[in-house]
Amino acid sequence: MNTNQICRAVMVLALSTSLTAVAEEKAVTDSDRIEQYREMISDGNPAEFDEMRGEELWKTPGGPKNVSLEKCDLGKGPGVVKGAYAEMPRYFKDTKMVQDLESRLLTCMTTLQGIPEEQITAKPFASEKKESDISSLATYVVGQSKGMKMKVSTKHPKEKEAYEIGKRIFNYRAGPYDFACSTCHATSGVRIRMQDLPNMRSSKKDAQAAYTSWPAYRVSQGLTRSFQWRLNDCFRQQRFPEPKFASEATIALTTYLAVSANGAEYVGPGLKR
Amino acid sequence: MSKEIDLGRRKALSTGGIGLLALFGGAALLRPGQALAEWNQKAFTSKAVDEALGSLGATNPEENSTLIRLTVPEIAENGSVVPVGISSSLPNVEQIAIMVDKNPNVLAAVFNIPAGTAAEVTTRVKMGKTAHVVALVKADGKYYRTSKEVKVTAGGCGG
Amino acid sequence: MGKPMKIRASVKDGMTEVKILMQHEMETGLRKDADGSLIPAWFITEVKAEYQGRIVLDAQFGQSISKNPYLMFSFKGGSAGEKVKVSWVDNKGDSRSDEVTISA
Repeated sequence: MNTNQICRAVMVLALSTSLTAVAEEKAVTDSDRIEQYREMISDGNPAEFDEMRGEELWKTPGGPKNVSLEKCDLGKGPGVVKGAYAEMPRYFKDTKMVQDLESRLLTCMTTLQGIPEEQITAKPFASEKKESDISSLATYVVGQSKGMKMKVSTKHPKEKEAYEIGKRIFNYRAGPYDFACSTCHATSGVRIRMQDLPNMRSSKKDAQAAYTSWPAYRVSQGLTRSFQWRLNDCFRQQRFPEPKFASEATIALTTYLAVSANGAEYVGPGLKR
Repeated sequence: MSKEIDLGRRKALSTGGIGLLALFGGAALLRPGQALAEWNQKAFTSKAVDEALGSLGATNPEENSTLIRLTVPEIAENGSVVPVGISSSLPNVEQIAIMVDKNPNVLAAVFNIPAGTAAEVTTRVKMGKTAHVVALVKADGKYYRTSKEVKVTAGGCGG
Repeated sequence: MGKPMKIRASVKDGMTEVKILMQHEMETGLRKDADGSLIPAWFITEVKAEYQGRIVLDAQFGQSISKNPYLMFSFKGGSAGEKVKVSWVDNKGDSRSDEVTISA
């Protein structure tokens, strides 16, 4: 049995048995212990190094045009970083699109700095061998919304549309396993192995806690992971084709999840197993 | 650019400061035996707890879980980061060491505690699998130990 | 030169608490890369903290310390505005020193 098969078996097993009373009771105690572990490692988050790297990149002139990103408009005016992430995704007039943080950074890096888009999107995520500029920039920007309340708008028709499309994607079953995001994330009290799965469809609390703790430093990978990466990994686990970086579909799904987290305090960048 | 120059200058200044201290009695601040020890190669390549204890000169330490407080999680969600806190109410603690009994190299860290520094350190260790974390404390020349099991749940499912 | 550390030091009731986060791979020397060849050991071997030219902590690390090492300890004395200096050396001879101002 390879890892994927084991994961699949465990996933199916956990989903099917954890609703029984015995499993439920055990899950609660183990969850408590895991909560204790998470609490113990919460201090000293290596994501801070990625924030530092991102801040440096934001302020340092770069790209063919040799300019910094300090004129980049994240929605609150050129150069305003503070609180910007708590209101993203949002509609941008210049691109006539709803954009999440990473797609907006892509716009700024291509238009302001003149970096070819393919150069950024070819390898948009950090790996053990190579850091990712766009990912570090995102880590820096999200850190500047720490402690602020999520306030993502659906007032603009395009924002409303993105939200509705995102909701449909969340519930859309397809792929070789006939999976949807909602297969794992729309029921309370289920888990994969030791991980509790947040019910992001009907538990406001779960939806808020999950969204506001990403991006995050992944202990098991030793890397800070962006939200686009997180979504990609969900699709990978569902055995879907990998979505295009900063695609409309990922932005729509992000909009749905971000709006579901509205009202909660943003606490990222987080620290995860 | 100017930032780099500033940093360089600050570094030069601080190095100069230490040089002067060494000249005018900085060395006297270190008590005999407190000078930085060589990295203990033998201890750090030990494959078993007893071997590591021997290399540290701590054969047969007294088992004591009341005078040493070892704080570890019962379950570690990921073995690559396991928080370990060790503190002791013993007087004159000189050294604290952390071992993981099932790791290929069991000794994780040795802390030399000078006078005035609290007998309390916290760090994070890697654990290959479920194992015991061993805390070793040297106080007034005598060694004490205690240990706790940490269950490591392997990752690997992504997410 | 190694990458910068994040250090926080704060004084309360006469004790200065120091929290250090270091940027380092901490390779055990036992891991294999994608091609199956061993990744050489690369880890911090020694960390020391100084306050007013005096060593307040001297630690030796082995390969079992986690990537991006975290360390917390406290010492008697110290007041707001004073400095604590932390330095590390790794097994390849690389090193790093950073200073932090103690806060109240």
